[in-house]
Amino acid sequence: MRRFSWFNATSLTLGFAFLYLPMIILVIYSFNASKLVTVWAGFSTKWYGELLRNDAFLDAAWVTLKVAVMSSSFATVLGTMAAIVLVRAGRFYGRTLFSGMIYAPLVMPEVITGLSLLLLFIGIGLDRGVLTIVLAHTTFSMCYVSVVVSSRLVSFDQSLEEAALDLGCTPFQAFRLVTLPIIAPAVISGWLLAFTLSLDDLVIASFTAGPSATTLPMKIWSSVRLGVSPEINALSTLMIAIVAVGVITASLVSKRAAVKQQKDERAAERAEAA
Amino acid sequence: MRRLTLIAIPYVWLLALFLVPFLIVFKIALSDSALAIPPYVPTLDLSEGWAGFTAFLSELDFENFVWLTEDDLYWKAYLSSLKIAVISTVLTLIVGYPIAYGMARAPQEWRATLLMLVILPFWTSFLIRVYSWMGILSQEGYLNQLLMSLGLISEPLIILNTNTAVYIGIVYTYLPFMILPIYSALEKLDESLLEAAEDLGCSRFTAFWLVTVPLSKQGIIAGSFLVFIPTLGEFVIPSLLGGSKTLMIGKVLWEEFFSNRDWPVASAVAVILLLILVIPIILFQRNEQKQREAEG
Repeated sequence: MRRFSWFNATSLTLGFAFLYLPMIILVIYSFNASKLVTVWAGFSTKWYGELLRNDAFLDAAWVTLKVAVMSSSFATVLGTMAAIVLVRAGRFYGRTLFSGMIYAPLVMPEVITGLSLLLLFIGIGLDRGVLTIVLAHTTFSMCYVSVVVSSRLVSFDQSLEEAALDLGCTPFQAFRLVTLPIIAPAVISGWLLAFTLSLDDLVIASFTAGPSATTLPMKIWSSVRLGVSPEINALSTLMIAIVAVGVITASLVSKRAAVKQQKDERAAERAEAA
Repeated sequence: MRRLTLIAIPYVWLLALFLVPFLIVFKIALSDSALAIPPYVPTLDLSEGWAGFTAFLSELDFENFVWLTEDDLYWKAYLSSLKIAVISTVLTLIVGYPIAYGMARAPQEWRATLLMLVILPFWTSFLIRVYSWMGILSQEGYLNQLLMSLGLISEPLIILNTNTAVYIGIVYTYLPFMILPIYSALEKLDESLLEAAEDLGCSRFTAFWLVTVPLSKQGIIAGSFLVFIPTLGEFVIPSLLGGSKTLMIGKVLWEEFFSNRDWPVASAVAVILLLILVIPIILFQRNEQKQREAEG
């Protein structure tokens, strides 16, 4: 039985303290009664109340949610298509350019992506608003989705799909009935990734949103530029809580799915052996 | 036919919303700033046909790039971004390596949990993670309160709005990017190699230095690029935690665009930033490819 060595235990403790303390402090001080954020003056939930009465924040949250749902859904469809093209389509004219365009946005500084999209939207005379943010977010998230999905597709046994085709499926049926269920976990995590990327984005949204649309990160940004505020602490706490619950649920679900898959595989092996 | 549609849809999308916008940035970088809507000249007028196109081409020039080389603000911003990116990459490596090492050497049943704890912050809003340091580092912030109450300092330290705060912010937010590739390299490491080295007379430290570090080299390189590349164009961290003296090119581009409304100069700044980034991106891709070949 292996144990933690003294050195490893120390480095892990310090490391995780560094990663988590700032957020823990933020959560604790969101329940501070005082307007002075660094002075503790007793427990209170009044900043949460203030937050719920603040229409500007609620509107921004609504815009952000709309943008995130739409862009991550488009990005999942486009990114999955792109992944299939990358892994399955073989050679075609302009393949290098295609894979370059999939990987480049992953390392592109956000200021450049934002600037270039804004210049495009202005060039073609598209009014800036929710639509332009959705287009921008779809474009960079689809690349993340396609990376996640293609790594799953690479390890997927193509003969299953061929068997379905031999048994009389149309290519679309084979995809829907065989391939999609197998790559589904990757598609779902791709969607989640796209969703959080969109929720989180400040820079690209600031460039591509016109005066008519403000997302939550943009609203937070304009407020925190002026300094720490108890309302933002409360808002941050809510966001941290949602993410924590979401990630933990997702990981439990995927763990259960993995266990189930292992069971199925073992059962299949036994059936084969028998 | 079906295959063609499948290829065409994502292809056309990326061409229209990724490649074409870049060409527009290049084009505007060669234009002149103007008091107009949009605020640059020339604009392409296709109604005049070929003559309009050549007239348009003849008006493009490299003036903005000359301007960038003449005004030392931009030089300083590029150099200082490079310096900040290099220093914070090294700092992230120093902080991240022991954590990755501790994770890879942790009991098997702990590893999945530790891994999730590293990934979890990545799902949390970047902006909020940066913001959380403002309350800690400010003059009357929690860190100064703690140090003063312990009697370690008598005057509050000034950390917020300095480069130190920028380094802390970068190390904090990009730490998972450094830990994950190093962890995956260290996890694969065959421990009998270390035992062999110790049997052959190496001290534990020498064995670490001569066996563990070289074998985790790929992870170190990958992690360093994953920190270095986005840091170079970083905007949020220097704007929130840095001071007026913190010069980073992402911030300059933002201000050139939003405050000065000089689109051609902002575009030229973007083009040069891209050229600087091409080198580390190519090196990173090569490293990834080498790793894949070594595994495959």
